[in-house]
Amino acid sequence: MRLGTAERPLRVAVVGAGPAGFYVAEHLLSRPDLVAAIDMFDRLPTPFGLVRAGVAPDHQKIKAVTAAFDKVAAHPRFRFFGGVELGKDVSPDDLRGYYHQIVYATGAQTDRRMGVPGEDLPGSHPATEFVAWYNGHPDYRDCQFDLSQERVAVVGVGNVAVDVARILLRTPAELARTDIAEHAREALRHSRVREVHLLGRRGPAQAAFTNPEIKELGELEAADVVVVPEEVELDPLSRAALEKAGDRAGARKVEILQSYARRGQEGKPRRLVLRFLVSPVAVLDNGAGAVGGIRLARNRLIASATGALQAQATAQLEELPVGLVFRSVGYRGLPLSGVPFDDRWGVVLNDKGRVLDPDTKQPLTGEYTAGWIKRGPTGVIGTNKPDAVETVAGMLEDLAAGLTQAPSEPDPAAAERFVRQRRPDLVTYADWRRLDALEVAQGQARGCPRVKFTRVEEMLAALGRRDDAWRPE
Amino acid sequence: MNIASILATKGDKVITIRAEQTIHEALGVLAQHNIGALVVVDAGLRPVGILSERDIVRAAARDEKVFPLLVSQLMTRDLIFGEPGDDLGAVGHTMVERRIRHLPVVAAGKLVGMVSIGDVVKAQRDQYQGEVDTLQTIVMERGH
Repeated sequence: MRLGTAERPLRVAVVGAGPAGFYVAEHLLSRPDLVAAIDMFDRLPTPFGLVRAGVAPDHQKIKAVTAAFDKVAAHPRFRFFGGVELGKDVSPDDLRGYYHQIVYATGAQTDRRMGVPGEDLPGSHPATEFVAWYNGHPDYRDCQFDLSQERVAVVGVGNVAVDVARILLRTPAELARTDIAEHAREALRHSRVREVHLLGRRGPAQAAFTNPEIKELGELEAADVVVVPEEVELDPLSRAALEKAGDRAGARKVEILQSYARRGQEGKPRRLVLRFLVSPVAVLDNGAGAVGGIRLARNRLIASATGALQAQATAQLEELPVGLVFRSVGYRGLPLSGVPFDDRWGVVLNDKGRVLDPDTKQPLTGEYTAGWIKRGPTGVIGTNKPDAVETVAGMLEDLAAGLTQAPSEPDPAAAERFVRQRRPDLVTYADWRRLDALEVAQGQARGCPRVKFTRVEEMLAALGRRDDAWRPE
Repeated sequence: MNIASILATKGDKVITIRAEQTIHEALGVLAQHNIGALVVVDAGLRPVGILSERDIVRAAARDEKVFPLLVSQLMTRDLIFGEPGDDLGAVGHTMVERRIRHLPVVAAGKLVGMVSIGDVVKAQRDQYQGEVDTLQTIVMERGH
């Protein structure tokens, strides 16, 4: 009997319940010519990956994408196994015994390092940790950030850097309308941060942030935007590049920034200082073993052979006194135990989503990858859709060619028995919907979108599980 | 988006040939891998040129005895290299403008991959498609 039919459904394990995993599931379940049955694993009891733990709490509209994921999860042949970690509770080898195909969609969990002295001084943090903390990710629940500091440097001008700056500068009243984690809301209420410096390596035309994001920075209730006029002047190389590419959005971005330079300050109590063409060369000690400042090199732009503009440090240095540094120079994927990894790009070793054997460079039968762990941390949530299409195309081609794993136990009930034996306290999608309803109800009482559970124990207790069933490491 | 995000999903197969090999051997490699161009490397595996099917076609049109020629005799030496951090916008533009179909990518003097104009176009299309999809989803789900 053919695999992928009602009699013999294609059994697929998707590891990671973020957008990439959900888009893969959606594409597999919506094929009219295929009967697939999907089990989605996540190490957390809660689904949605960075939509829950990454997207800023004051960007609720973007979080609406989860309604599309709910529809996928409502499919009768979809199951969620939350709180089950690959490499700890189950191994790729275990999964091969129950599934024809496995898709790794675990995302990029760590930050890239700046590679400068002083980077690890107390008070210097990866921005991703701060983001995970204010979004209530259980692993980061107990992080401490010294918000008694008045001046902060955020290294980077990508989406994450901009989010961090905005959250640091929002007032308690602004944050009250968001679903920021309670512990972060409380800590930020007592924050003494007055000035945040966003530091961009290249010029304004090359900055990764989008025009709506920059406009939003100009609309903060209690923070003025400060721009150094000569840093947002368009250099000849950037001007030529914008004109050649007909990049109107890029030109508009520079115009908005220049308008901030002209606008001047309105006397708001806090300041956001946007800097360009500077790179950190050292994080400085305050004499007491903690961050006291950051030393910056001024950069100039040079064109590479392909015409791409890159930053080159000059001999000109400056020191910026700050008591807190967040680095946001990119995410990076972590290797998964038992899955080939390409250390250069920080991704699962793959060819258009097919996991490759590191020795032969040939595809490993039945193993695939999608999302950031496949292509690196680029793009917006929806970028994972064409990415998932590419991976699924390979999966279907291989299925048609008879290239799948041959699990000894393809029965869905057997898989669930096995996973429950490893994690008796696993969280199903129905469980998650209960947690979701509780969070939203709590939020309604407070006039915000939701109040998040931030500890796994709290989630399990709310579901009426025995507290001791969870085994924290 | 930059060149690194393309190379991340291409494994690390850069098909190379040595400058002192013959065109006959080069044709064999092109056919075996079903590709259109080879990066030519020296003994230290440093890229020194690129050999495309067009280079061979042009030579064969002049003289049918191309098989015994050396790769170094037909390759293009005037090479443009990409770097992993190069923005795709600039890269795509330069490739179109200079009619380059294959761009070898070098990091710290070492060949780390090759991107084709097709790769660049697809990456940019996926990026725009992703942005449109995100906006559509947000608009649609808010309507419910």
